[in-house]
Amino acid sequence: MNHAVPSSLAAPSEAASPQAMPAPAFTAEEVARLIACPSCDALHEEQVLNNGEVARCVRCHGLLEAPRRSAMTRIIMLALAALILMVAAIFFPFLELSAAGLMQRSSLLDTVLAFSSGMTAPLTLAMAALIVVLPVLRFVLLVYVLGPMAIGWAPARYARPAFRVAEALRPWAMAEVFIVGVAVALVKVAGLAHLSIGPAFWAFVALVLVTVLKDNFMCRVSVWKTLEARRRS
Amino acid sequence: MENAGSAPPVLTARRAGVLGCAQCGKVHLPGPERCARCGSVLESRDHTSLQRVWGWMFAGLVVYVPANVYPMLRTSMLGKTTDSTILGGVVDLIHHGSIGIAIIVFVASIVIPVAKFIAIAYLALSVTHRVRLSPGKRQHLYEVVEFIGRWSMIDVFVVAILSSLVRLDFAATINPGIAAVSFALSVAFTMLSALSFDSRLIWDASEEEDA
Ligand SMILES: [Zn+2]
Ligand SMILES: [Zn+2]
Repeated sequence: MNHAVPSSLAAPSEAASPQAMPAPAFTAEEVARLIACPSCDALHEEQVLNNGEVARCVRCHGLLEAPRRSAMTRIIMLALAALILMVAAIFFPFLELSAAGLMQRSSLLDTVLAFSSGMTAPLTLAMAALIVVLPVLRFVLLVYVLGPMAIGWAPARYARPAFRVAEALRPWAMAEVFIVGVAVALVKVAGLAHLSIGPAFWAFVALVLVTVLKDNFMCRVSVWKTLEARRRS
Repeated sequence: MENAGSAPPVLTARRAGVLGCAQCGKVHLPGPERCARCGSVLESRDHTSLQRVWGWMFAGLVVYVPANVYPMLRTSMLGKTTDSTILGGVVDLIHHGSIGIAIIVFVASIVIPVAKFIAIAYLALSVTHRVRLSPGKRQHLYEVVEFIGRWSMIDVFVVAILSSLVRLDFAATINPGIAAVSFALSVAFTMLSALSFDSRLIWDASEEEDA
């Protein structure tokens, strides 16, 4: 809806070799009003966006900024909900299998520890990280970064590195991939034995939904701007 | 949005002699090493990007081979042990009549990894060579690669779930095979490869052509 303007104001200097940077075409005050697309480096004049408006890059159409109303409070609420759900998912029975009079109950912890024998042992750590540790760490970091600001305080001491880490972890927190894995496993075992789903499974499904919702609310650039503004005052 | 094919001429931070932060978009005059807003390292372009892309991709390829050759799952039923590879698992699923699930596993463990190797190589080559796809389409391809990579991990999770679940002593036991490790590594390495790519490089090449 709201387009940032392309800045073809300053003519690019002709002899700009790819290695050497040309002299700056803007002054410090001008630079403060610009935003560079993180994906393609195109410069835009920054515009004040209302909540719900979306600014996209004119060249690559990547998202520049998308502030949402009371996004901070919502993200914190969702992160806290996700943490509670994760606790439930870890400690309640996850899946139950029965065949030939034998019954096997498995929790999320058992799944993580499945690789703990022999050559596959290192995978245990990786699994624990991907399914439990990294998602939890992300939620905790987000609460740490946004929590103080949501109640009107200045950002916490290490808010900047904390948010950087939280963003870097995003691709490695694989709760939703794990859910699809569970679905595939259910079908694979179906012929072998009777399988039923425990309460922890539903807690985990809810956790995935909450995570997706939370990431939807979060606009990285908006969070950085808020962090910067609150730090100064 | 009207002419998505040809990108409008724009001024980039690099051409204007300023630095744009790849994390938060803040524009800086040359000088500082870190972004004043978010503290990320400021670089006009990540010059080690392509090196790291190729390095991780090669590592991913190397471990992808054993992942397909060695068994992923080791099933013991009533004293009889059978090994199954990734492809073998897909074939088993088809025999059981679960075509849909077979397709999911096939796509996640074979189609996506192979397509990812090709796509990353293409994107990295497009920085130094002239290619047919427009920068806009290549940017899109990069976003897809970035998004889809993690989904290859499905089969590793399936193996973990089955191994933890199916421990019915003599009746049936499932154990992970060594391919699970190399496959997980392969997915991680290709994710690192994709993450190392500086997407701003896609646009630089086409800019020089226009000029
Ligand atoms: Zn852009
Ligand atoms: Zn920054």
